[in-house]
Amino acid sequence: MELFTNQILAGIATGAIYACMALAVVMIYQAIDHLNFAQGEMAMFATFVSWQLMQWGVPYWAAFVITLAFAFVGGVAIERILFKPLAKAPVLTNVAGFIALFAIINSSAGLIWDFTIKQYPTPFGSSPFLGSQLISTHQAGMIGVTVLLLIGLYFFFQYTRIGLAMRAAASVPESARLVGINTSWMIALGWGMASAIGAIAGMLIAPVVFLEPNMMGGVLIYGFAAAVLGGLTSPFGAVVGGFLMGIFENLAGTYIPGVGNELKLPIALALIISVLVVKPAGLFGRHIVKRV
Amino acid sequence: MTTLLNVKDLRAYYGQVQALHGLSFSLNEGSLTTLLGANGAGKTTTLRAICNMVRSTGGIEFEGKPLNNRSTESIVRFGIAHVPQGRGTFTTMTVEENLQLGAITRKDSAGIVSDIERMYAHFPVLKQRHTQVAGTLSGGEQQMLAVARALMLRPRLMLLDEPSFGLAPLVVRDLFGILGKINREDKVSILVVEQNAQLALELADQAYVIETGRIVMSGKAKDIANNEEIRKSYLGY
Repeated sequence: MELFTNQILAGIATGAIYACMALAVVMIYQAIDHLNFAQGEMAMFATFVSWQLMQWGVPYWAAFVITLAFAFVGGVAIERILFKPLAKAPVLTNVAGFIALFAIINSSAGLIWDFTIKQYPTPFGSSPFLGSQLISTHQAGMIGVTVLLLIGLYFFFQYTRIGLAMRAAASVPESARLVGINTSWMIALGWGMASAIGAIAGMLIAPVVFLEPNMMGGVLIYGFAAAVLGGLTSPFGAVVGGFLMGIFENLAGTYIPGVGNELKLPIALALIISVLVVKPAGLFGRHIVKRV
Repeated sequence: MTTLLNVKDLRAYYGQVQALHGLSFSLNEGSLTTLLGANGAGKTTTLRAICNMVRSTGGIEFEGKPLNNRSTESIVRFGIAHVPQGRGTFTTMTVEENLQLGAITRKDSAGIVSDIERMYAHFPVLKQRHTQVAGTLSGGEQQMLAVARALMLRPRLMLLDEPSFGLAPLVVRDLFGILGKINREDKVSILVVEQNAQLALELADQAYVIETGRIVMSGKAKDIANNEEIRKSYLGY
């Protein structure tokens, strides 16, 4: 029983990171109808920036905040420079843009910081949480920060005017312009926020997977899977999908004989395909119905 | 009377196809003007050109200031509220959020709250449904919501594209009654595009008839309504 609880809690902790990545992917998908393949690399680069700041002697939480600001500005800049001009381009042009962005960020990080694996500090420590062997303080911290982030985002989108304007711009762009919303800047703002959310995920997972330019590859695949599982049209679904992925991945690795660490990913992806066969729009997604 | 909107030699294009061929008209402050014409005459295009939602050339002046080459969202900030064809409802948001969005460019939060109450007085059905998701409203209710959302801007000019489309006759009467009241009491100038010419002429004080992208007739609404020849050849009733 203790093993089971332990696996569930550990699953929630990594699930929190998948939830953040899935949410970042869904935010950009809602704004521009494309999947951002470079979401993980953007997060990785931001994590390196925070590491560099700490190498220079900046305390952890100061580096955390500066990195969020950097990631936000970087996300806005990427949208303005690369994807705003591609807004009316065909899908494949955008896909090429994302792949280029992926490669550029990945190799720049390798060039600046090289490909050796680096230790990344945790501000929470890694002792048992509240004296319990079930979960470490860092895992508890991952869950805590993610929950705070999700609550903050909920209030932002539900109760602020700018959040309302962003939702409007994503759901009916033409009507949003007709009430005076600058939809183009709302998209840029969405990119900035998605980039900052990814940076939080990167900084939280780095002590677990270690810091190196390819650290987010697996995480992003789980993030995509979580977003598709929950439904790409539903931020709430993406978050639930993230937590479910984390829990399922751990349980499968522990209890299904012969699965172990190597087969966790394919098993998780097989689960998603099975869900999508039954519910193609994802667990919480809306079918897009258009009047013709 | 002062001129509020002045349109001169307006030409509009969809790709290579020209939809408006040098259209000119003007609209007085406080008036309720209707733009009539058959399907495909260019009525909707005219409204879309005013808000720069279609490529156009020619002069469009609002209170003497040119609107050309401004973005749609900045034209709205002049006080021009556009109720598009199909109503443009934010279907996944609540009725109240739709009204909030209508006032998104305003800064006076107290005024917004009292205006929402005013809209509920104009349209009691919206008050009953204020927490409901707007996509679940009936067609008539969504049209009321679209008009209320436009009024939340406190517009100087309201552009309405076929407000009667798809609505039951009784609902249309209701809606047009409210539009007349808004025009008289709140001093909002209105430009309404309609296929239901008879109804629009009863409501409006000024009318223009448009055919294949040109104005072919203009005058007081009741003169046009009383002229049998015009009615038969252009308005079909």
